[in-house]
Amino acid sequence: METIADPVKLSQARPRVGFFYTCLVDMMRPEIGFASVRLLEDAGCQVDVPIAQTCCGQPGYNAGDQRVARDLALQWLQLFEAFDYVVVPSGSCAGMIRQHYPDLFRNDPDLRIRMQNLSERTWELSSFLVEVCGMQKPPGHFPAEITYHDACSGLRELGVQHQPRLLLRSMPGLELKEMQDSRACCGFGGTFAVKYGAISASIADEKIAQIEQTGASCVVMGDLGCMLHLEGRLRRCGDTRIRVMHVAEVLAAQDRPAPEGM
Amino acid sequence: MQVQSMHFKARSGQKLADLRLQANLKKLSSKWVAGRQAAIAELDDFEATRDDAVQRRDRGLADLDLWLERFEQEATRRGTVVLWAETPAEASKLVVAIAKQHQVRKVTKSKSMVSEEMALNRALEAAGIQPVETDLGEYILQINNNEPPSHIVAPVLHKDKDEVSDLFAKVHQKPRLSEVNQMTREAREVLRPHFLSSDMGVSGGNFLIAETGSVALFTNEGNEGMCTIMPRVHVAVTGIEKLLPTLEDLATIARLLPRSATGQSISNYFSILTGTRAEGESDGPEHHYVILVDGGRSGLLGGDFESMLRCIRCGACMNHCPVYQKVGGHAYGWVYPGPMGSVLTPAYVGLEKTLDLPQAATLCGECHVVCPMKIPLPDLLRKLRERQFDRGLRPYSERIGLAAWGFVARRPLLYRWLTRAASTALRWIAGAKPQLRSMPGAGAWTEHRDLLVPTGKPFSAQWAARKSTRS
Repeated sequence: METIADPVKLSQARPRVGFFYTCLVDMMRPEIGFASVRLLEDAGCQVDVPIAQTCCGQPGYNAGDQRVARDLALQWLQLFEAFDYVVVPSGSCAGMIRQHYPDLFRNDPDLRIRMQNLSERTWELSSFLVEVCGMQKPPGHFPAEITYHDACSGLRELGVQHQPRLLLRSMPGLELKEMQDSRACCGFGGTFAVKYGAISASIADEKIAQIEQTGASCVVMGDLGCMLHLEGRLRRCGDTRIRVMHVAEVLAAQDRPAPEGM
Repeated sequence: MQVQSMHFKARSGQKLADLRLQANLKKLSSKWVAGRQAAIAELDDFEATRDDAVQRRDRGLADLDLWLERFEQEATRRGTVVLWAETPAEASKLVVAIAKQHQVRKVTKSKSMVSEEMALNRALEAAGIQPVETDLGEYILQINNNEPPSHIVAPVLHKDKDEVSDLFAKVHQKPRLSEVNQMTREAREVLRPHFLSSDMGVSGGNFLIAETGSVALFTNEGNEGMCTIMPRVHVAVTGIEKLLPTLEDLATIARLLPRSATGQSISNYFSILTGTRAEGESDGPEHHYVILVDGGRSGLLGGDFESMLRCIRCGACMNHCPVYQKVGGHAYGWVYPGPMGSVLTPAYVGLEKTLDLPQAATLCGECHVVCPMKIPLPDLLRKLRERQFDRGLRPYSERIGLAAWGFVARRPLLYRWLTRAASTALRWIAGAKPQLRSMPGAGAWTEHRDLLVPTGKPFSAQWAARKSTRS
């Protein structure tokens, strides 16, 4: 198991964390937001939630509209610049900020530097808990067999891979059963899911077959977009057994998981 | 080759419904992905080799004009005739003219994707010259009514053994065979007389070496030598971007190409062809031509898409692409499929004819991870989307939707209010159901999957309420 000791860690006793809950968590699964806040507080952070936040702008950015992406990046900068860290319960939105925000301002050196500075203090939730807070054991209790899906942006843009596994494996009673290819895309791809729905669904079916092969009762990941897509496809195909959960919900779970066949 | 990329959606639908194709495409993840993984693990330091190769490729591209001139000088000095073609069609005309000049009736061909850009077989046939594809995969496609390849390295990837058995029995008029080695023997028996009676061989060129004026070829079947060395005339057709300054550059890239492509440490055959047969040499062509095709490549130099010219055509991006793995190469509608094709096709044939290609990607990023030349394919696809957006090439409904979303997302109060209203409406419509099978206005989502219902009031609303009770 990897141990955590790195000098960039908590620069202050109780860092002020701005929680960027993301548009999807806000509307679709607010409990992921509360689970994230609980984890951050448990890790010793002072969490604040500016509710004037909207969206990171990725839908516009990936559709080719740089202007809207820049406007939303600026809005985000103003809301979060004063915090020590910004934490996001999504590898996709955090990847947008860390990998793409600075480049949106390549022609404006002042803004680019400010953006760079804040984006470097912006973290995906599970990697923040492990790499910055040094969390070794999460507060939740979730005795179940689970499998973990590496959502694309978190994995490939931010290197989120060992951090959630480290935390999940430390939970007594939880068994992590890896699927054959956890790094393969689930087929969501943002607006790809609606523009090319048939391809998107057939990619999901490959992922679902792998999830089913593990025998796990729950698939866990760090991105709500992929969750909504995979759970929607599972239910459409008649599966009511496999639960689709955000890593924050599992790490902070207070109750026993619902019985199978809920 | 005619561009069919505008039919991507319709074609991909057919491909998804083709169960046989779906089974055949499984080879990608089970065989090709694992093969590459094992092969790159043989290198002491894959990443460093990759960085080195990228630098070497960039060095050639940075002064491409000068290196090409050097190539021309060195090749000419050794008896090669170097010809330049601005378009693929011009290149085809040159090949036909060379064939006529040497009274050629039959051309044996080694695999070349540039010759697909040129639609070379059609041009030769129109001039009364018989082209014979001698790469096994290309041969299978040619006898199947000139079907186009579906993969740049494995052209018949979309077919299984039984389909080839049926095709051979029908075309060769012989009893149906079921063993692969029997089938390849039969193909060799058909091809051998062609090799012996061929007047001219046409090949591609994986790389051009400036310092020696050579053409380098990586192949697996041995047919290449019989096309390039046996006939009186050899013509190599390739893109101008295939240039490498030195043989040492080639040595570095040779460590990456077969490994990334087929999972081989080195391909079965590897040729460096230099000039014509010299006095005292026992083999080689009497006449040697190299046709350098631009075909849109020079337009990428110095611009946002220059890194695309580093491409060494290994096919790793398509082998690892979740979309290619589902729809196969034909859906993309031109010569080059998968992520590299979705960048090259708009660049070479025009953005307006290829509206789907930059969009039909999940941007999962795996193509960038596996590309031996570190081409940032997802970024390039996104840049093409920006151009589509800036030129107003996206459908009206999409532009309106994007504008409406942008309007709301820029106004936090309105955004919060609408989120709350949408959440309430969805929960009211769903009643006790956790998901909906259909939803007016969300048909594109619910056609293929259920729409989950919000599990409660928005987080922002609940948080604000908690805070006000706390304080």
